[in-house]
Amino acid sequence: MGEKVFMRGNDAIGEAAVQAGCQCYFGYPITPQNELTAYMSKRMIEEGRVFIQSESEIAAVNMCFGAAAVGQRTMTSSSGPGISLKQEGISYMAGAELPMFFVNVMRGGPGLGNIAPAQSDYFQCTRGGGHGDYRVICYAPSNVQELYDYTMLGFDVADRYRNPSMIAADGILGQMMEPLVLNEYKDPGDLPTKQPWRLGDPSTPEPIWITSVHLGEGKLEEHNLELQKKYDAIERDEVRYEETMLDDAEIVMVAYGTAARVAKTALAVAREEGIKVGLFRPITIWPYPYQQVRDLADRVENLLVVEMSLGQMWEDVRLAVEGNARVHLHGRTAGGVPVVTEVVEHLKKVMASKGDEIIRNF
Amino acid sequence: MEKVFTKPEAMKPEQTLYCPGCGHGTAHRMVAELVDEFGLRERAIGIAPVGCSVFADRYWNFDVISAAHGRAPAVATGMKRGNPDSFVICYQGDGDLAAIGTAETIHAANRGEHFVTIFVNNAIYGMTGGQMAPTTLCGQRSQTCQLGRDPDIMGHPIRVCELVRDLPGVAYLARGAVDSPKNVIQTKKHMKKAFQTAIDGKGWSLVEVVSPCPTNWGMAPQKALQWLRENLLEHYELGVFRDCEAE
Repeated sequence: MGEKVFMRGNDAIGEAAVQAGCQCYFGYPITPQNELTAYMSKRMIEEGRVFIQSESEIAAVNMCFGAAAVGQRTMTSSSGPGISLKQEGISYMAGAELPMFFVNVMRGGPGLGNIAPAQSDYFQCTRGGGHGDYRVICYAPSNVQELYDYTMLGFDVADRYRNPSMIAADGILGQMMEPLVLNEYKDPGDLPTKQPWRLGDPSTPEPIWITSVHLGEGKLEEHNLELQKKYDAIERDEVRYEETMLDDAEIVMVAYGTAARVAKTALAVAREEGIKVGLFRPITIWPYPYQQVRDLADRVENLLVVEMSLGQMWEDVRLAVEGNARVHLHGRTAGGVPVVTEVVEHLKKVMASKGDEIIRNF
Repeated sequence: MEKVFTKPEAMKPEQTLYCPGCGHGTAHRMVAELVDEFGLRERAIGIAPVGCSVFADRYWNFDVISAAHGRAPAVATGMKRGNPDSFVICYQGDGDLAAIGTAETIHAANRGEHFVTIFVNNAIYGMTGGQMAPTTLCGQRSQTCQLGRDPDIMGHPIRVCELVRDLPGVAYLARGAVDSPKNVIQTKKHMKKAFQTAIDGKGWSLVEVVSPCPTNWGMAPQKALQWLRENLLEHYELGVFRDCEAE
């Protein structure tokens, strides 16, 4: 076991990245992830690695594109409005099959929105966000320890699949301080070597071309179908989730990140009041645990999605259950955080409801 | 019999797909000759820009990456910082460098990034079919200024060398043209200096290459060269704009 420390979420991500061998960090300030950029500005230079505060988010992600192409572990971080700008580079990196790791510490949107914690970028994180048929592996941690651990894993899966991977946190997780065990980075050992494709390497004298352009007739479709095989493998092998008290549950909450922390407390309160409720927490929001959520519909008639957005993950849960359960929604937005008593009230309402009524609380 | 002229090793034995009279082939070749002369082929990385030369990898016999429109200086920054032993050649056109990528260009220059930029300026967007570029001359016609560029409506043609020459990170800055053997030789001398500057790690360097686009100018190749000399070179003065060694 590593050393136990007390650390802020944003800093924990930075330290995990340093430990995981991130060689190049490129970032641009935006609240509520500024501590991460600040942390990297010190630690990366201390380690003799690359840190640049870029002129924009677009420049930052394209610097990642370059650094990844020469085979370095590379990273950027931002919040919603900045992630919107980075989508250009993320799409290009997915197309060119380059690994990178990026962090979205979400704030309220749309537009400039506010700087309060939110889960409003769920669609952006899980639907690709940029243009084209592509996917990004996305972890949704719910405490500082997980921010640390999934950052390390994020670099590994990016390298394994030659694909961007990310963490979707929110302003609370980024800013909160919690005890944390500094688990040592363990190289999984089975990662593919970058030697055959990295640029500028004199040991590979044959010219190498890295691109996302495929103009010949049928060429892009061929390429995209190859990418799809990779996404299928990721969907098969990389789904992660946590289950709490599902065995005797009569209703199941589905929540991730900070909303899942609230839901977990609501579960304890509701259980004391005799409501048999369980909690299903997706840890990967892409690949989404569709099958596991589908299976919940065989156990219970009612699911309650708790999220800090207005029904963005709700859509995935409804997709998963395919009409075999009623999916209710407790959504807060723009910095609103679900309140335990209100979630419990919502559970009670659902338990008392009859017929096909879907109860949505905002 | 002695062989006195051949393709550089850094050029693949391919026929380019550029239109007759286009300047890209000449600019590509000059880059390739210098890659050979400096012995850089195994660690060189070219950036193929958006536009007509997006398939530069078909012609250059060294590693190539294709960057998004305007982002080549950021990609070059990431590559050179990530692999300081590489030799990075950022090859861009006027829309790429002086319109959508202005911010990336200015900030890479200001940071004094150690890569070479070859800036092909033909005063028009080529691949997308002849739209106005930031470098299109006043009065010049294009698909998106069909009555001629009116500076009151569309702004003035940007002189990139003059724009960036005062940035402290800039080490070498010159403008050449590919309209005549004399200018081709001079442009290659500029490029050679830029390569040396990057190899020596002295800062950011750029060589602008004023180049014809007969197809989108709507002229025969010979006429295009004449038009270039009589019009473009009036606005885009040839010469060295910054040379940190001479200062």
